[in-house]
Amino acid sequence: MNGYNFAYLDEQTKRMIRRAILKAVAIPGHQVPFGSREMPLPYGWGTGGIQVTASVLGADDTLKVIDQGADDTTNAVSIRRFFARTAGVATTTHTAEATVIQTRHRIPEQPLREDQILVYQVPQPEPLFKLEPSRAEARRMHGLAEYGLMHVKLYEDITRYGHVSISYDYPVMVGGRYLMSPSPIPAFDNPKMHMMPALQLFGAGREKRIYAIPPYTRVESLDFDDHPFRATRAPHACGLCGAEDSYLDEVVIDDKGGRLFVCSDTDHCETRRADGHKGTELAA
Amino acid sequence: MAYVAVKGGERAIDNAHRWLAEERRGNPEVADISPAQIAEQLGRSVDRVMAEGSLYDPSLAALAVKQAQGDLIEAAFLVRAYRTTLPRFAASVPVDTAEMTIKRRISAVFKDMPGGQLLGPTYDYTHRLLDFALEAGFTPPPLAELPAEAEGMPRIHDILGHEGLMEMDVPSDAEPFDITRAPMQFPAGRDARLQSLARGDEGFLLAMGYSTQRGWGGSHPFVGEIRVGTASVEIVPPELGFAIDIGDVELTECQMVNQFAGSKTQPPQFTRGYGLVFGHSERKSMAMALVDRALRAAELGEEITAPAQMQEFVIYHCDNIEATGFVEHLKLPHYVDFQSELETIRRMRADAEGEMMQEAAQ
Repeated sequence: MNGYNFAYLDEQTKRMIRRAILKAVAIPGHQVPFGSREMPLPYGWGTGGIQVTASVLGADDTLKVIDQGADDTTNAVSIRRFFARTAGVATTTHTAEATVIQTRHRIPEQPLREDQILVYQVPQPEPLFKLEPSRAEARRMHGLAEYGLMHVKLYEDITRYGHVSISYDYPVMVGGRYLMSPSPIPAFDNPKMHMMPALQLFGAGREKRIYAIPPYTRVESLDFDDHPFRATRAPHACGLCGAEDSYLDEVVIDDKGGRLFVCSDTDHCETRRADGHKGTELAA
Repeated sequence: MAYVAVKGGERAIDNAHRWLAEERRGNPEVADISPAQIAEQLGRSVDRVMAEGSLYDPSLAALAVKQAQGDLIEAAFLVRAYRTTLPRFAASVPVDTAEMTIKRRISAVFKDMPGGQLLGPTYDYTHRLLDFALEAGFTPPPLAELPAEAEGMPRIHDILGHEGLMEMDVPSDAEPFDITRAPMQFPAGRDARLQSLARGDEGFLLAMGYSTQRGWGGSHPFVGEIRVGTASVEIVPPELGFAIDIGDVELTECQMVNQFAGSKTQPPQFTRGYGLVFGHSERKSMAMALVDRALRAAELGEEITAPAQMQEFVIYHCDNIEATGFVEHLKLPHYVDFQSELETIRRMRADAEGEMMQEAAQ
């Protein structure tokens, strides 16, 4: 685009962000403060993810952007357009074809490869913020690996409800050292982070933090021996493709309690349908 | 009902923005407003956008006000997003507000002082009665009488400083922190805090400053001085080695004077809170000065008990571009998270129901 550098950010800024990314990769799960820039999109709408994507994107990359697992949600459309406009890169909706995938709230169903990078948009990088609002204090707790507070929170959940009540943004331990927010993905997606072949990068623009999970890193959802972590999904099959193992969106179809459950990962669902899979609600 | 996967986000966005442009223009029979009119006649809006957008450029700010339909936070956001693309080529030498061309200068602590009180263009003492004459079109009144030859107007703390009653600034040659280039760390230095406050939201700072007056971290303030005027900005290019003037900015500066009981190392003296804002904004500069003083609690050995004294609370939440983005992001789809919450709450209800039935059976 005229008047702007490739992928919007100037090269000095990209260099600064790449240095933060390298540090983040070197210390998996540790939040690295960085000089987050003001972006032409609002804070809270993916400015961290956009800055990370802009810094790792090359002219021959193919970009996929999803929000809630879908390529056609308005904010995903807006961010994809932003990069098509400022970087002129190829875009795709197919998980397998993408080299860089920017996501909000989901990990694609299809397993990712070593030659792919998954960039998460992160609203709140500090996993302890509900327990300790001061970032200065939370930073100290990370330094000392003092995570008892979070274990107590999980324990209290179990005594009150019989199980942990966190259903998304479920805290994980990375490489056995740092407590990390996986961003608000459903707990269902947490196991996909473990030993993932792709590089996972996390950008929080407003909070000015970057963190990372290098390929093949241990990522464990916090739990107890007698209360192991459980990933849950709606107990249905996708109405369109029949998938019984994908994460589902619940769509309200009338005002009488009628519901349709469909894959939240739109590319996964379309690919399965193209392969001949059929759900019970698919119009003939 | 057959389910239709929601497609066409791109078309919806394009149409929404076309509709927005139409609504922005309003009734085409009414004359279009020009940025020059906004800059000239809605100066206080433009000033606020320059301050919170942290870019001194009245014509760009006026354009932003027009583009944002007068939504000043949206306008400040436009200005910020533009500002971030500009190279930072120098830091100015400290602006000398003692040498400002003053259009307004008042003090609440001395009846008179060198340079005197100069009311200038102020809403103070206007009666807030709607002026229906403005509706009909405006005829300028006779020009205001200008003060006779302005004498020097030393700043109030320079006057009090001679007696040692006022804490004085310690000059520093250190490179100032730049909150637009480096992430904030806590405890934050006063340079970083003042930068954040200077572009912080006027409403937020007003409320925080107000809270200190109502007992939440009170600091017994007096307006030492407010001055509004034009100051020149100078930089020292390394290749020249001396200062050159690169332009003028209009500024509002507030020096708030506060009691201080003294400590083991310092005798009792007055301390100061400082406010400096682009353009003419007394409310913002006063609120900023109150909050600046409250945030110095730790440095002055005062107990931190109120929100206005808490650095993380004030600095992290005073930026309206960050705040509006994050509050408004709740409009974005959250189906996935909501779905996981639905499953969790259904499971919890099923568990609770099971227990109740068990109890009933016993």
